[in-house]
Amino acid sequence: MPDLVQTAQPSPSAPASEGRHIIRFTAAQRTLHAVLFSTFLGLAATGLPLRFSESIWARGLAKFVGGFGAILFFHKFCALALTIAFLIHVKDLFQRVLVKREKGVFWGVTSMVGNWKDVKDIFAHMRWFIGLGPKPKFDRYAYWEKFDYWAVFWGMMVIGFSGYAMWFAPFFAHFLPGWALNAVLVIHSEEGLLAILFIFSIHFVNTHLRPDSFPMDMVIFTGVENEEEFKHKRPLEYQRMVAEGKLDARVGQKPQRWFLNFSRIVGFIAISVGVLLLILTLTAYFG
Amino acid sequence: MIPGAIHAFGQLSRLAVLAFLAAFVLLIAHPLLAQTDCLACHGDLTMKDNSGLSIGVDGPKLSASLHGNLKCNDCHADIKDYPHPDHPAPVQCATCHADQQNQLKGSVHADGKEHPCTSCHGDAHAIFPKTDPRSAVYPLNVPTTCGRCHGDNGDARKHGLPSVLPHYMDSIHGFALSKEGLLVAANCQSCHGSHGILSHTNPQSPTFKANIPKTCGTCHAKIDMDFEEGAHGKAVAAGKMKAPVCSDCHTAHAILQPTESAFRMQSTPICGSCHKDKLSTYRDTFHSQLGSLGGYVETARCWDCHGAHKILPASDPAAPIAPANLVVTCGRCHAGANASFVRYQPHANARDRKLNPALYFVRLFMNLLLASVLTFFVIHTILWLVRARYDQIKKKSAEGDHHA
Repeated sequence: MPDLVQTAQPSPSAPASEGRHIIRFTAAQRTLHAVLFSTFLGLAATGLPLRFSESIWARGLAKFVGGFGAILFFHKFCALALTIAFLIHVKDLFQRVLVKREKGVFWGVTSMVGNWKDVKDIFAHMRWFIGLGPKPKFDRYAYWEKFDYWAVFWGMMVIGFSGYAMWFAPFFAHFLPGWALNAVLVIHSEEGLLAILFIFSIHFVNTHLRPDSFPMDMVIFTGVENEEEFKHKRPLEYQRMVAEGKLDARVGQKPQRWFLNFSRIVGFIAISVGVLLLILTLTAYFG
Repeated sequence: MIPGAIHAFGQLSRLAVLAFLAAFVLLIAHPLLAQTDCLACHGDLTMKDNSGLSIGVDGPKLSASLHGNLKCNDCHADIKDYPHPDHPAPVQCATCHADQQNQLKGSVHADGKEHPCTSCHGDAHAIFPKTDPRSAVYPLNVPTTCGRCHGDNGDARKHGLPSVLPHYMDSIHGFALSKEGLLVAANCQSCHGSHGILSHTNPQSPTFKANIPKTCGTCHAKIDMDFEEGAHGKAVAAGKMKAPVCSDCHTAHAILQPTESAFRMQSTPICGSCHKDKLSTYRDTFHSQLGSLGGYVETARCWDCHGAHKILPASDPAAPIAPANLVVTCGRCHAGANASFVRYQPHANARDRKLNPALYFVRLFMNLLLASVLTFFVIHTILWLVRARYDQIKKKSAEGDHHA
């Protein structure tokens, strides 16, 4: 996570009634998420008819996308776009660690890597669910957010590798055992199914549809969060910013109205498509 | 002069014999009515009997026809002279065509009332040889002739028989016949016969399952030879009637083409109706997944790898699935297929631990991963939702109290 303090613009003194907006994501991170969710929706929409090719809707969906030929084309196109985005992200990580010598990438409160506090948070959070303790205080990234990140990271490598192994099977056959050519389809489709089920149910609810964020957490589009919301959702990070006197430097621009509306439309379409695909998946799986 | 007289006497006696014979024929046998005699009345094409049926005869056509040299009462035997009865007896074609009549008697068209000769041969006064384009049974005319009953609104439907003419006309046989005019293209009687048509349930019928390869092989000789050498041909020859013959895959009348998507979509389930385990493992593959989406001509179906007519076991060196031939067989679709590539198992069973242990454990791991991640997070998320909603309501009501 790049240091948000340095990227923040000093805020024009906003009216107190509106509250301040605190920066949470950089433009690059928001772009990465946008590329990720649009290609993921494309991959899911073109992968599911193949995974459930015997289901009643598969042929219709294939036809909607433009037929069996178009399905493969779109799937591979989205896969390439997502691969490029993934490689750019990995390159950025290397650059930050090796070139910029940035601290806190692998450890510390702003790291994506899990730590002992995350383990404690899981149990504390669950105790709070059932009324056995106070709600734990989260820092910049809560444990479920770290899980989302690593699930995508792992999924990207697993689904990506198995996908490319099928795409270029004669080449991969040179250094993979015979059974692996069979296994890659099992891996690709099961991991893909897991990703689809997870993102379209767990991630959607945890991040967007739960009461605290309902109907959608706009921070991944706008990059900024209302100060009250920030304080409520990330109390530890808020306290730390205040204590270190860095909060003022993290104050960002209130998002433009048109951008907010545009983001809402895109976000709602993405969530609707995702929920629709989830319903189709479940009907095929239990049908 | 005497020799002259003798000669004259001889002439006379011969004439007398002729005259006697003529008188005998005229008196004993019924008189042979010349066509011109009858046509004097019946040559009027608008002539009708008292029930309104046309009884006019096209004289020139009749004389040009196969029966042109016959006298009218060769067929209308009960008419001896004029005036004749109002309702002469039906013509018995069997008088001359006894062989055909016998064949017909044993056939599906045995009922003479429903299937008089004219129902296929057309106008009795205009019968032409089957090599003559004017004949109703000329090869190019056969489908329309049979199709009058075996078409969409035909009488055969009353007997619960399907309409087959449209299927035939759209088939490669029908196309070759009707569009290209190929006389050698199969028409109805090429497969069914003509007078002695038997039900496909009759072991004597050319359309009886066991006889179909030979029937089709009349024209498709090489394919028949291949078929008989293959597993299905041998099974059929051994009396195993579950094995498929030509029509099981190609259908009888529509004759589906392997290049048609309809054929590619239906061929796999046909093979799978017997080879159930192979179908289920095929269903797990990408070949099937993409192929099931409809019409994708290039994904492998059963016969793309196994061959179609001469299906041989992998142990046979001539089989396309024999280990030594796999690079070529797979390479037909997969450019760059190599020895390691063909170790892919197109019928691997991820549920069979003994047969495919590696695949079995990969699938098991993936399923456990999927189940455990989802189970944990579904519980986690539901509890969270309930708790968050509870807090929200509590907070709202607290705010409400505060304001009150």
